[in-house]
Amino acid sequence: MNLLAVERIKLFSTRSPWFCMIGALGLTVGFASILAIKSEHVSVGATQGMYLLGLMVVMVMSTLAVTTEYRFGTIRTTFQAVPRRTGALLAKTTVVALVAGLVGEVAAFGSLGAAKLLQPGAALSLSTAADWRAVAGSGLVYALAGVMAVAVGVLVRQSAGAVAILLVVPLLVENLVGLIPDLGAKIQPWLPFQAAGAFLRGTHEGAPYSPWGALAYFAVLAAVLLGAALVVAKKRDA
Amino acid sequence: MIEVVGLGKRYGRTTAVRDLSFTVRPGRVTGFLGPNGAGKSTTMRMILGLDRPSSGHALIDGTPYRELRHPLRKVGALLDARWVHPNRSARDHLRWLARTNRLPPGRVDEVLDQVGLTAVARKRAGGFSLGMAQRLGIASALLGDPEVLLFDEPVNGLDPEGIAWIRGLMRGLARQGRTVFVSSHLLSEMSQTADELIVIGQGKLISQSTVSEFVAAATEHTVRVRSPQVERLQKALVHKGATVEQDGATLVVGGLSSAEIGELAAAHGVVLHELNPQRGSLEEAYMRLTAGAVEFGTS
Amino acid sequence: MRLLNAERIKLLSTRSTWWCALLAVALPVLFALFYASQAGDFLTLNVGTTQSGYQFGLVLVMVLATVSITSEHRFGTIRGTYQAVPSRVPVLLAKAVLLAVLAGLIGELAAFGSLAMAHLVQPEVDLAVNTATEWREVAGVGLVYAVAAVLALAVGELLRQTAGAVALLLGYVLLAESAVREIPGVGEQVARWLPFFASRVFLGSAEGEDATVSAPYGPWAGLGLFAGTTLVLLALAAVVARRRDA
Repeated sequence: MNLLAVERIKLFSTRSPWFCMIGALGLTVGFASILAIKSEHVSVGATQGMYLLGLMVVMVMSTLAVTTEYRFGTIRTTFQAVPRRTGALLAKTTVVALVAGLVGEVAAFGSLGAAKLLQPGAALSLSTAADWRAVAGSGLVYALAGVMAVAVGVLVRQSAGAVAILLVVPLLVENLVGLIPDLGAKIQPWLPFQAAGAFLRGTHEGAPYSPWGALAYFAVLAAVLLGAALVVAKKRDA
Repeated sequence: MIEVVGLGKRYGRTTAVRDLSFTVRPGRVTGFLGPNGAGKSTTMRMILGLDRPSSGHALIDGTPYRELRHPLRKVGALLDARWVHPNRSARDHLRWLARTNRLPPGRVDEVLDQVGLTAVARKRAGGFSLGMAQRLGIASALLGDPEVLLFDEPVNGLDPEGIAWIRGLMRGLARQGRTVFVSSHLLSEMSQTADELIVIGQGKLISQSTVSEFVAAATEHTVRVRSPQVERLQKALVHKGATVEQDGATLVVGGLSSAEIGELAAAHGVVLHELNPQRGSLEEAYMRLTAGAVEFGTS
Repeated sequence: MRLLNAERIKLLSTRSTWWCALLAVALPVLFALFYASQAGDFLTLNVGTTQSGYQFGLVLVMVLATVSITSEHRFGTIRGTYQAVPSRVPVLLAKAVLLAVLAGLIGELAAFGSLAMAHLVQPEVDLAVNTATEWREVAGVGLVYAVAAVLALAVGELLRQTAGAVALLLGYVLLAESAVREIPGVGEQVARWLPFFASRVFLGSAEGEDATVSAPYGPWAGLGLFAGTTLVLLALAAVVARRRDA
């Protein structure tokens, strides 16, 4: 509990996390608002159109929570105060995941709410399980992506590198693999952010998992990355 | 008390620290002296559990640092004053640090007051001058009211006022019975602050002694002796246990005072043409001691 | 010349430059290998599609260019630079020229390397570069890398902050431009004038991918639009660099 408070103080006592959170909310809710103004037939799914953009911003925030500690040397102060590094890093991961999840939920319901306000006539009630997943599921995806971003930050220790990896993998690598018809189609469901998307937007015919299975897979990947990061951090000189 | 036993650290093929053993006792300021690159910071990082030793271990009152339950209450350290997030205020920096070891929140304001940063406590640390950053670093070291304190080159880059303040602070902490371990690459600095000296060069222990012993040993003088009967004198001197270097009719004698040499010469009926005590400066002696141990020496 | 030499030494004496450059060549070529090995009835292999992985290199070249300036701000070496050369605009221009040359070189290596790799994997497919379009598709990659590097330099100088600049640039290139398209009504109108879309019009890779958006200009105008945007940003960076305290 104590270590969670430590990481909470650290995260909220600098400016950039606030910028990132406001940015993520502004982009997602702003887009949903424009969409609702322009279109009378806006759907629940469409209001979540910018979830990926918000997710990227939150991942940048999450990885910076670690890489800035390496950059400014405060990670050494942290490990000096808390020699059990695993505990310190797990606390950080938990706080970041909670904040990321919260941003995800606010972004998702904020987008839906804004659309409802601006286009009261549109069919925007959450009636099916799929609708609920598409909206409320955002928080879960954001939280798990936050865990991945923390893990990558610990492994890479370097802002530019970590940010580049976290943006290039979901936005470029995963899309390019999809270009390849046979092999690509087989690999694609197993790419992390395709799985996260399948959870939110529903799985295609012939997908190797159910939506919740896709989320479980995404969670396992996050856990594996985090495990690797914890082992490395424990062994490495600070 | 800090105990270092057979401590070693290798980075690939370079050895930063090798087989280092020493003890730092409470109630006095112990200086950790050595030229730049001698392995002082690496040793301190290993004592603090930040770097993993390749061999040996370091103990704080018999316990490895990593096993301390609330390490900040036992050990305070200032390794690098720039290890602060520039956009975080001094107060927030100390606030999270205090929380890690369940220190009462009131401690933050106490140490800020103690180092004289109360007025700028809510300013972002990135805007601090080096002196202010150093004070913040010292505030974080004092935060847990620890019995053991480590400072790595604390006076580097400070103005005379700041240097005097830090010297006074360290002496005061030692007088309260705490263990104070301070590194420096300047002997003149250490001779004014420390009671005891641990000297290393190229990662190896050179000496551990009180400052006055070190100064006496380091500046231990030699005597230049000129004599027409140089062979006879040399035999007598060596017999007395002195070290002798011969250069023609001149001998450089170590281990005996000029008075002893003069009396010895008289006893053996040796004529002396010169009897000249040579006294090196402290800095010279220190350079000679760590010579060859200087990593980035200019030749 | 003196400035260019100084900047060349600075740029090439850091490890991250070499790593980025190496990966920027290797990843597109590896992707060409992957692509060509899977090409067949459903996946056409031609001169244009050998370049499918060019964005890997593009992204890395932009990271390289950004870090080359933000790291100077981070480590304070920019002050040393300005002390040695008080006129700041020439410093920025020297950096721009140097990065453009390096990025262009990386781009040509990546592009022709990809082509050669595809040819090695599928020797029976005709991959000869004959038409002007084909030349543009391959050799044009170097030009796009060069312009993108200068654009990244300008953004780096404006933000002075590695993480922010890298996140902004990559987020913009990989996501924001296509996200703009999703805005109903104006989105598609705006999207066709955006710089990286224009760069893809130049390379001929815009058509297949952006079925909903078509460009009202030709390929060379696309490059002109891309370069024009970059020059505006560079000018802005120069003005800011001159006014700001180092």
